Amino acid sequence: MQFTINGRRTRLHVHPMKRLLDVLREDCGLTGTKEGCGEGECGACTILIEGMPVNSCLVPAAHADGARVTTIEGLGGRHPLQRAFVDHGGAQCGICTPGMIMAAVALGRKPTLEQIRVGLAGNLCRCTGYSAIYRSIRQSR
Amino acid sequence: MPSRSVGRSVARKEGRDKVTGAARYIDDLTFPGLLHARTIRSAIPAGEIVDVAFGFDTTGFTLVDYRDIPGPNIVALIDDDQPCLAERLVRHVAEPILLLAHTDREALLAADVRIRYRETAPTYDAVTSSIAFKTIAIDKGQIDEGFREADVIVEGEYRTGHQEQLYIEPNGVIAVPEHGGVTVYGSMQCPYYVHRALKVLLDLPDDRVRIVQTETGGGFGGKEEYPSMIAGHAALVAIKAQRPVKLVYDRVEDMLATTKRHPAVIRHRTGVKRDGRLTAIDIDAVIDGGAYATLSAVVLSRGVIHATGPYRCNHVRIRGRATMTNTPPNGAFRGFGAPQTQFAAEAHMDRIAEALGIDPVRIREINALRPGDTTATGQRLGNDCSALAVLREAVKRTDFKRKWTRYARRKPRAPSSPRASSSPRAPSSRLEREASAERPRGIGLSLFFHGSGFTGAGEVKLASKASLALTERGARILVASTEIGQGTRTMHAQIVAETLGVPYDCVEVNAADTGQVPDSGPTVASRTCMVVGRILQRCAEEMRERLGRSTPREYLRRHGPLVITREYERPADMAWDDNSYRGDAYGTYGWACDVAEIEVDRETWEVKPIAFTTVHEIGKAIHPVLALGQIEGGSAQGLGYALLEEVVMRDGRMANAQLTNYIIPTTLDTPPIDVVILENPYKHGPFGAKGVGEMPIDGPAPAAINALRSAGFDLREIPATPEKIMAAATPRG
Repeated sequence: MQFTINGRRTRLHVHPMKRLLDVLREDCGLTGTKEGCGEGECGACTILIEGMPVNSCLVPAAHADGARVTTIEGLGGRHPLQRAFVDHGGAQCGICTPGMIMAAVALGRKPTLEQIRVGLAGNLCRCTGYSAIYRSIRQSR
Repeated sequence: MPSRSVGRSVARKEGRDKVTGAARYIDDLTFPGLLHARTIRSAIPAGEIVDVAFGFDTTGFTLVDYRDIPGPNIVALIDDDQPCLAERLVRHVAEPILLLAHTDREALLAADVRIRYRETAPTYDAVTSSIAFKTIAIDKGQIDEGFREADVIVEGEYRTGHQEQLYIEPNGVIAVPEHGGVTVYGSMQCPYYVHRALKVLLDLPDDRVRIVQTETGGGFGGKEEYPSMIAGHAALVAIKAQRPVKLVYDRVEDMLATTKRHPAVIRHRTGVKRDGRLTAIDIDAVIDGGAYATLSAVVLSRGVIHATGPYRCNHVRIRGRATMTNTPPNGAFRGFGAPQTQFAAEAHMDRIAEALGIDPVRIREINALRPGDTTATGQRLGNDCSALAVLREAVKRTDFKRKWTRYARRKPRAPSSPRASSSPRAPSSRLEREASAERPRGIGLSLFFHGSGFTGAGEVKLASKASLALTERGARILVASTEIGQGTRTMHAQIVAETLGVPYDCVEVNAADTGQVPDSGPTVASRTCMVVGRILQRCAEEMRERLGRSTPREYLRRHGPLVITREYERPADMAWDDNSYRGDAYGTYGWACDVAEIEVDRETWEVKPIAFTTVHEIGKAIHPVLALGQIEGGSAQGLGYALLEEVVMRDGRMANAQLTNYIIPTTLDTPPIDVVILENPYKHGPFGAKGVGEMPIDGPAPAAINALRSAGFDLREIPATPEKIMAAATPRG
């Protein structure tokens, strides 16, 4: 199978039904994407496929064949959201953070508070009560 | 002049790693030759194991049972009653019996182990259970005298359910056999708890067991004692196989098997004067310990000490019991007994006010603890008592009295207060129009406190140590306190930087590795800033003095390495007697007041929190953004505890052990949280700081339940699920 992962074309021999989450973590060494529940409830494994947020624990590798996949590592560390999550307390324990940031990336620029609340409803955070995440996103410019 | 650190929201030490995905959690690590392990658990709540059969080819598997344990088969903690692997008796569903390991996870999961049992009758009712892990009695004054002084007596029974910590990273460890012993890496709060448990289990000396905390994706108490069990399992397999072993739970296993908040049944009988003054508080509290003692004794202790709520009363009698049931053991969870007992106290306080016909603010103003007053254990409070200040700020900020009066007038149906519903009138204000008959609204408050640090003589017994090593640029912190999201590394570095007079960036923090750091005690009990931070401050003071006018670099050139170690010192004015349960239960307390505003949907009976305000007095916010994060996050967890989070136990087994149907608050369930931080310094805390981690979860549940009361729903139990609210709306026959 062939993917474009974080801008790099990657060819992999993996079982077509292997979870994309495991392909990323085990076959590509991209452990920034986390597993919190394995059933698509917590959003810790959120990545982008063709710019759309998905729970990578629910996506078989075959589904992403030929697609552009972006993980937290693909943001490089200079994305305004990453800086904002540090400055405004959006990351506490950090386990939901990669998925939360990827879901926030998918909201586009300058989302309203309501768009953020709805857009992140599939990403659970147990530390922050979400307020600091909203502040991080709204103040990332 | 170096920039000041304390009181500024400096960048979190590991912040960059967390936002880039570079932070390494336990499941992100691997070792050459790694085996994966799986735990085979009891399928019954009580009985005996008759035999074990393997329905698969065991070639290539490592199999471990109790016979492979070199030391005593216990998870060493307090009572040492819990086996690491069951031998013959099982006391709860999901009790560990066997361990399997294999290189291939698929083969491991496919392995079929059949266990036959002889079942015995289980016990599920904590109140009638005949086995008590711990009983505690607190007596102040003469309870009979207090009731004689009373004009009115108000009674009530209050119930709270289990709560799952639900850290987003499940529990997990990797054990590596080395140097004739074992090194365990893992997600955990208390490396030295694991260290001690493994020394006992494996019969190894101190230096053959090394525990290293990896980046930890949330704890909330759920990684206080249970990691000792998991680490024991992984270590046994690793030693037998002589290969590294990974044991990481999936979500279902984590929820089925690991500890939760103790359910509680709490009865109050209170004597009160017509003018609102409390004359007698009589409380009976039972918490459900589950199948083994774990930390139940100390959870009960904190629970009963906080059971009166932050109120003055001369005559108090409290009886507490932690009992055994055939359910998975309950354990530490943020708040540690105080959320249960203060839920009861605060729900009861609104009922006292109602019985007297006074408002919820007035009853609290009259009785709130003031400096100079004594608590239930006879602790005389100093000027760091802020109960009235937080109450007044919260009431003013939320316009509480006006809203409460308006909402109370529009109660749609109030079984406990018939007059309110018998005089329908047209809505006259915006507030009233919004709170329509289909969507009644309510507002409620809770006043609460939380003791910082270990209870009673706990800190003296712990005798925590912290070290500070001089570096070329500044200093390196050596503590076993763990970063679990709350900001330990950052806040400790701020305290040291400020004291030493160096920039924040010049202070490094060592990994919490028992091979390198002293035992600074567990990362629990709202003690990491106030207690361990204070020890570090003393290390930094000493280092500052040694340095004199030298820079760190000059000092190192001239004198060589410098490491300062200091131990906890009990404040001279603190005294506690464990036998009589009298004295200073805590060095100090934080104080807080929550106001919750809710809306009830009369078609689905769902409760939606629409606004939430909390005023927290925490001594000093070392890092305002981190402190705010603790308060907001704890408040959201508390609202989940109040309204959403229901552990359904069926035949001793959690029936909803997955995130699909154990519901924690999402963005859409969480209201805007308005936080006010007040600072009234504690003289023995670093820069005046008190504990902050746990207190936020004590108040939301009673505030929400009291809001439901103001909307006309008389509930005395959490979680207040739609089914319970519907039942409360039906007039009592």
